[in-house]
Amino acid sequence: MAAKKSPTKKKTVSKRTQPKKTQPKKPAAKKKTAASKIDDNSVWLIGTDMTAFGRYPDQDLVDLGAQVAMNAMADGGVTIQDMDVLGAGTLFQASTGYGQRLQKQIGQTGSPVFNVSNACATGATAIRTVYLSIKAGEADMGLAVGAEQMGKMGLLGGAGSKKEKNVYEPSGREGAVTGTDGYLGTAGMPGVFAQAGMEYANDYDGVGFEQFAKVAYKNHLHSTLNPLAQYRKEFSMEEIMGAPTMSYPNTLLMCCPTGDGAAAAVLVSGERLKSMPKKVQKRAVKISASVLTSDPYTESAQVQPDVNTLTQNAAAQAYETAGVDPKDLDLVELHDCFATAELIHYDNLGLCEKGGAGDFIDSGAPFRDGATPVNVSGGLISKGHPIGATGVANVYEVATHLRGEAGDRQIKGAKVGLAHVIGLGSACGVHVMEKSGL
Amino acid sequence: MAAKKAAKRPAKKSAAKKPARKKATKQIPLVEYLRLGERPYLSANECKSCGARYFDRRNACASCGRQEFKKARVRNGAKLKAFTIVHRAAPGIPAPYVSAIVETDDGTTVRSNVVNCDPTPETVNLGMKLKLTTYPIGKDDEGTEAVAFGYEPV
Ligand SMILES: [Zn+2]
Repeated sequence: MAAKKSPTKKKTVSKRTQPKKTQPKKPAAKKKTAASKIDDNSVWLIGTDMTAFGRYPDQDLVDLGAQVAMNAMADGGVTIQDMDVLGAGTLFQASTGYGQRLQKQIGQTGSPVFNVSNACATGATAIRTVYLSIKAGEADMGLAVGAEQMGKMGLLGGAGSKKEKNVYEPSGREGAVTGTDGYLGTAGMPGVFAQAGMEYANDYDGVGFEQFAKVAYKNHLHSTLNPLAQYRKEFSMEEIMGAPTMSYPNTLLMCCPTGDGAAAAVLVSGERLKSMPKKVQKRAVKISASVLTSDPYTESAQVQPDVNTLTQNAAAQAYETAGVDPKDLDLVELHDCFATAELIHYDNLGLCEKGGAGDFIDSGAPFRDGATPVNVSGGLISKGHPIGATGVANVYEVATHLRGEAGDRQIKGAKVGLAHVIGLGSACGVHVMEKSGL
Repeated sequence: MAAKKAAKRPAKKSAAKKPARKKATKQIPLVEYLRLGERPYLSANECKSCGARYFDRRNACASCGRQEFKKARVRNGAKLKAFTIVHRAAPGIPAPYVSAIVETDDGTTVRSNVVNCDPTPETVNLGMKLKLTTYPIGKDDEGTEAVAFGYEPV
């Protein structure tokens, strides 16, 4: 708490707080009731932005990040001088000092940068870095940026792991004499997530190719309403099931595309939010839980990634911290890198009964007019998946609905939402957000 | 790597002088945990404290953190827990093929391929009984044959 004092002092100097001081005096009674609802130690989102996902061959990663960073700050009515910390997430440019490169374009204030890379949970980790800085009392306000440029690379993974060697020599921790991908199972992403889905199908009834395909049908359908989605085309079940097989049961239309994009969010402490203009408070979204987990030991995870346990753990922590029940969720953005993945996360996030993910999709519950709309943005499958941007973009999506600003795709009256990402390796990020009600 | 190769070459030259060696093709397992021989099997590193099994080298047990391991012979019988039929494979890998997660009769999870079986959803069934088998996947410049393992329907 002692550390908190110094950044607080800075506020009296900043341009931002000056107009606020005059404002509270007029509607003193009203302001008190609204502001008194804000817990000093809570963390809020006051600004956010994302690029449409797609291809940006004429821009570099700093262009993409700078654009969303400046828009997110403007959205919250704040400036780079207000930022006490920057969390910058990118996977492919992780070792390039991305955050500092960004600062040189948007404001070189000297505030600390945390450059993070955490597989597909990179964006969520960038947000969480800012969240933790605020929670620790070392920052009042901070900026999280996630960005990626993937161009047209494939998502198959494991490519080229078969080395050209003239003499077999055991190497590595398995003592392999050549690449094992394709001989001892698949290391490709579509296959790894296909197996995760098929394991669920093995354990529970009512799950098969059709249920997995329905997930993709839903997300392609949802994407038609989202101007930020990389693809906005509806496909029939026949088209989805009849598309070229990547890794059965995942066909091409059940896999996320690669692409470019960026997203940003500005987070602020409750204490600081109290002194901000009412219109900022009204549009603020409460971060009720921010959770990051890694994969704990499980027997089967020693030979293939276990994407379930760490998601279940993150969800349990998030619901407990937020005091929210899965039934309370008005929308969920979850990590549908492949259709098989989305289905098992219905169960992992407690959106359905244990083992009931097949019934859940069959009942229509995760469609935008269903009981728990899932991936109304189109999800990774159709909105796109520029890896470092994804974890911030799904927070953008949920926050935008909670603010009632999602346009054609708005889920009416949304009050509580959840954003989930998972990266193999493995890392899982979950954020629960609530409408301000201020 | 270079040092290893250099060390191996002189040994091979002396071996080449013995004509008797020519008959049998020298074999090497694709991975060290595959034990070849009359009845091939998988050999796991088993934690002496908690019994967790690993096929790769571990500094300590991921389950309990202890550092004592012993070799454990894994049962060859298994059942199919999960699979995918890979149509877009890594370069040089014949496709389609069946990638699988199997559970051995003694409860160890293994990642492998289902072999000697049509790679179609109609033929491959979750829960089907399997057993370990081996097959050659290629030869190096010295004629040594690499041998992989897979699981075939019983
Ligand atoms: Zn152990």
